[in-house]
Amino acid sequence: MTSLPLHRGISAHRIGAMILRYWYLLLSSWPRLLELLYWPALQVITWGFIQYYIAENSSFFARAGGTLIGAVILWDILFRGQLGFSISFLEEMWARNLGNLMMSPLRPIEFLLSLMVMSLIRLAIGVIPMTLLALFLFHFNVYALGLPLIAFFCNLIFTSWSVGIFVSGLVLRNGLGAESIVWTLMFAIMPLACIYYPVSVLPVFLQYVAWTLPPTYVFEGMRALLIENTFRADLMLAALAINAVLLGASFWAFLALLRSAKRQGSLLSGGE
Amino acid sequence: MTENDEASSRPTVAERSLPAAIAVDHLVKVYKQTRAVDDISFVLPRGSITGLLGGNGAGKTTTIAMIMGLVLPTSGRVQVLGHEMPAESAAVLGRMNFESPYVDMPMRLTVRQNLTVFGKLYAVKNLSERIAALADDLDLTEFLDRANGKLSAGQKTRVALAKALINQPELLLLDEPTASLDPDTADWVRAHLERYRRDNNATILLASHNMLEVERLCDRVIIMKRGRIEDDDTPRAIMARYNRTNLEEVFLDVARGRVNGAKEVAR
Repeated sequence: MTSLPLHRGISAHRIGAMILRYWYLLLSSWPRLLELLYWPALQVITWGFIQYYIAENSSFFARAGGTLIGAVILWDILFRGQLGFSISFLEEMWARNLGNLMMSPLRPIEFLLSLMVMSLIRLAIGVIPMTLLALFLFHFNVYALGLPLIAFFCNLIFTSWSVGIFVSGLVLRNGLGAESIVWTLMFAIMPLACIYYPVSVLPVFLQYVAWTLPPTYVFEGMRALLIENTFRADLMLAALAINAVLLGASFWAFLALLRSAKRQGSLLSGGE
Repeated sequence: MTENDEASSRPTVAERSLPAAIAVDHLVKVYKQTRAVDDISFVLPRGSITGLLGGNGAGKTTTIAMIMGLVLPTSGRVQVLGHEMPAESAAVLGRMNFESPYVDMPMRLTVRQNLTVFGKLYAVKNLSERIAALADDLDLTEFLDRANGKLSAGQKTRVALAKALINQPELLLLDEPTASLDPDTADWVRAHLERYRRDNNATILLASHNMLEVERLCDRVIIMKRGRIEDDDTPRAIMARYNRTNLEEVFLDVARGRVNGAKEVAR
């Protein structure tokens, strides 16, 4: 009998195997690929025309060109990043494959890392064409934001992973009955993340809540860059610090929910 | 199983010095008010095939899930290949595998893609050759590039078995391996399992409702009822004890609370 290696530590090989599994799945299904492109494209076209209309009728928006369409693109990074993570996870639930994976040498951390990579891949498929549409249809070049764009992107993707990890844990623990949380949780933070308006618009007590959310810093930072031509590094660092806490907490929550699922015996059922 | 088979499955001196394939010690699982598994203990030596028998809700699947580390025990201990489960699962998960009707292989992936993914997860060396050999063994070669969802039930079972054997496991856990198969395919799967155990000295624990299957394959039978072990011996000894000629009759005796095939025990 073959002497197999002991499976200790994080294995890039196993993470690669999971990425391959999701890549095969994407390639086998054109509706899945279309879905990645369709909504982002629709979003940018709709908001691009709204931006045009408002800019023609408001001197402020004429001066602050691109804040709406920029916000839409960054929001999509946040939302699609989380969906890209969570949908790959849900694929395992829908396929009743979770038992096979949990019984394999794949470690939970490797599973989560593979889902993070998949969220980046799915995001690239959906958002890169979206940015090109914004450029050619509305002359908004998100890449002209330069290095700050990297800071915005990193902070948004970290938040999206935190939410993705947490909701995946909830679905793992509670079965597919909790699936709707995957699609809706990010919208719950939408009003407080101040995507389309500054934090100062909110009542004072809600402003305190808003500043606990990393995306709030990103959208404020984006407006500062587009309207005042100022890169607010302080905002990005604050967001990064909160994201570090959120990511750590979401990992902990996922492992706790996984343990609870094992206590409950729900890994083999995965039902409603 | 025949006397010759029993002789060939006796452990060698070297194998006797290895820790047991599975050691279950006073294992209990309670779901809210239900004691799904109620203080069971058994040890399975290397190279044995053991059948876990019992009606629906007897605790077979929960027991197997606890051995795999998919369900946490309320109390008691499980050791697999000498390692504590689930604490040391990382040391043994690559050396075991399972097949169960409670899980599926991804339907949109082809058989080859599925086996490639699982082969990589189990760090199988020379994976393409291993897949080709398994496909040959399990008569899957012509389906290798077909999506799993487009296969018949029998073909899917063979693919699931190929996945379960991809890493040449020392320990194979099977939950109803021939459920929903026609008699011909079921017989074919049983023959393959017998051959695999013989060629690899693997340990197999299988939960089944199919008494003929257990009689044919197993050198030991553990009968469970309401989470407890009702009997634990060779099929022949159990049949003799119940004064029955086959395990199906024994199963009915146990299920209906009859002793020695005679009178009904008051429930």
